[in-house]
Amino acid sequence: MAPAVASFTENVISVRDLTFSYPGTAVPILRKVNLEVRRGEFIALLGSNGAGKTTLAKHFNGLHCPTSGQVLLHGRPTTELGLRELAKIVGYCYQNPDHQIFSSSVENEVKFGPRNLGLTGEALASRVSEALAVVGMTEFAASNPFVLGRGRRQLLAVASILAMDPELLVVDEPTTGLDLSGAQQIMRVLGRWHEEGRTMVVITHDMDLVVEYTTRCVVMADGQIIDDGPTQEVLRHNDTMRAAGLEEPAVVTISDRLSRFGSARCKSIADVVADVGAHMEAEHAGRL
Amino acid sequence: MTAAIEVAGLWLAYPGADTAALRDVAFSVQRGELMLIAGPSGAGKSTLCSCLRGLVPNTIVAETRGQVKVAGRQVLGPEPVPSSDDVALVLQDAEAQIIGMSVEDDLAFGPENYGVPAEEIRARISEVLDLVGLRGLEKRDTYALSGGQKQRLAIASALMIRPAILILDEPTSELDPVGKAQVLEIISNLRTETSTTVVIVEHEIGRFASVADTMLLLDHGAVAAYGNPASLVSDIELFERVGGERPPPAAELARRMRDARLVECPSYGLDLGRALADIERELESHGSCSR
Repeated sequence: MAPAVASFTENVISVRDLTFSYPGTAVPILRKVNLEVRRGEFIALLGSNGAGKTTLAKHFNGLHCPTSGQVLLHGRPTTELGLRELAKIVGYCYQNPDHQIFSSSVENEVKFGPRNLGLTGEALASRVSEALAVVGMTEFAASNPFVLGRGRRQLLAVASILAMDPELLVVDEPTTGLDLSGAQQIMRVLGRWHEEGRTMVVITHDMDLVVEYTTRCVVMADGQIIDDGPTQEVLRHNDTMRAAGLEEPAVVTISDRLSRFGSARCKSIADVVADVGAHMEAEHAGRL
Repeated sequence: MTAAIEVAGLWLAYPGADTAALRDVAFSVQRGELMLIAGPSGAGKSTLCSCLRGLVPNTIVAETRGQVKVAGRQVLGPEPVPSSDDVALVLQDAEAQIIGMSVEDDLAFGPENYGVPAEEIRARISEVLDLVGLRGLEKRDTYALSGGQKQRLAIASALMIRPAILILDEPTSELDPVGKAQVLEIISNLRTETSTTVVIVEHEIGRFASVADTMLLLDHGAVAAYGNPASLVSDIELFERVGGERPPPAAELARRMRDARLVECPSYGLDLGRALADIERELESHGSCSR
């Protein structure tokens, strides 16, 4: 898994005027959506329940086909790409790991994807062991996935996609049903994966995790993109946040209120307090 | 007040498990009260919910000791009786609970089986659709609902039987913040308009502790803390020890400010506004003192 070089100039995905309705329904779920996903980004796809986040994300690897408009992977429409090509570029992790897991052992579950991409022997084995190591599940290789807790099943779902070494990873609500340590464990795995140069799109409602990990926020409401920009800016757009059913994370509120006391970063409350401490100390030293 | 739920010395082990899922759990919930249950994954929260609903040991097989009394019936103990019909459990995985092909069908399923007249069912459907914010989706196929909409439907279907005791196992895990606030409102409304007793398992402690009467923090199957939510959430050491839950921001901020010897904050519990106002004032006075 050689780290790729992060560059924001190359589009991995281009969504052009995408409209989508489920067959037999009149109301479109997505309406004229346009989006560019650039290599090396860590995007949070935000929006209220039913805004169209999952439906949009399922277009990235051809799980859905546009009713009208286009989704391009490196400039080629998803409708013209074969399954294997799609799977090599985009990995999609389901919201509910139980929709994805079907093997009777953790190892076989992780093996399934890369084997279908044509890997065999040593190459396949090392892919599997690497992916299990990344999510910290090496010791569970022989376990039956269905005796594992929800947190570990979620990590397994991520590992089985990572094993295909996709360029872009879409993870749909990876922290649902997990406690704080489980959620942070998943996000750390995704963060490391991103640091190696991969592109990440994560669908989540957990604003604390959004502010801690992501670089860009794409906000959806009612089948359309209503805001798109750097995470730190978008989270302060009160009108779009409200329209998307979201709340400003508490750490942003705290950091903004204490900015005149030196608070500059706002990824965690610990950062805010450290910044304020450094600022007060510098002020104090200056006065002596 | 009478106790709606009484749990004493509850111990439970699943077949073949090395460790017990619940160990000496004891608490009570008075009629009309709201209890918040929290704790890290694997602490025993869902197992406890199953016991309260009367699913253990008949539907879910396990070895048990102790007693669970719900709505006056001993559902777990030496001579257990079946659970009362007006105890409803909303499962963590909403999909596992939805059976109707359409939203309307799913809502009608419970009361139809209890023989509620059609006219009354229609009235209840109308009422719960507004309560959970699914109005307009009555005819929608349940498979076409989003994750969050499914979660709302699961709560609505439980409300259709007008339960006296409502047990919710992480009912907002897939909801957006506004959806979570709505569930909080649904629960608050239930409590002011009816005498429904509510037990809710939640990871978002900051949001739900404000309306809860009591709070139970579980850790490895045992009670780590039990008592008044406002004082429990201020105990950051407790959260750090148990792990798995994010403490409310006001409590975390006060604690970190105190540890960094910046501001000698008292405990603010859930009140971030008050914590920030006090901290700003203190920091300002530091500035003027040294000037």
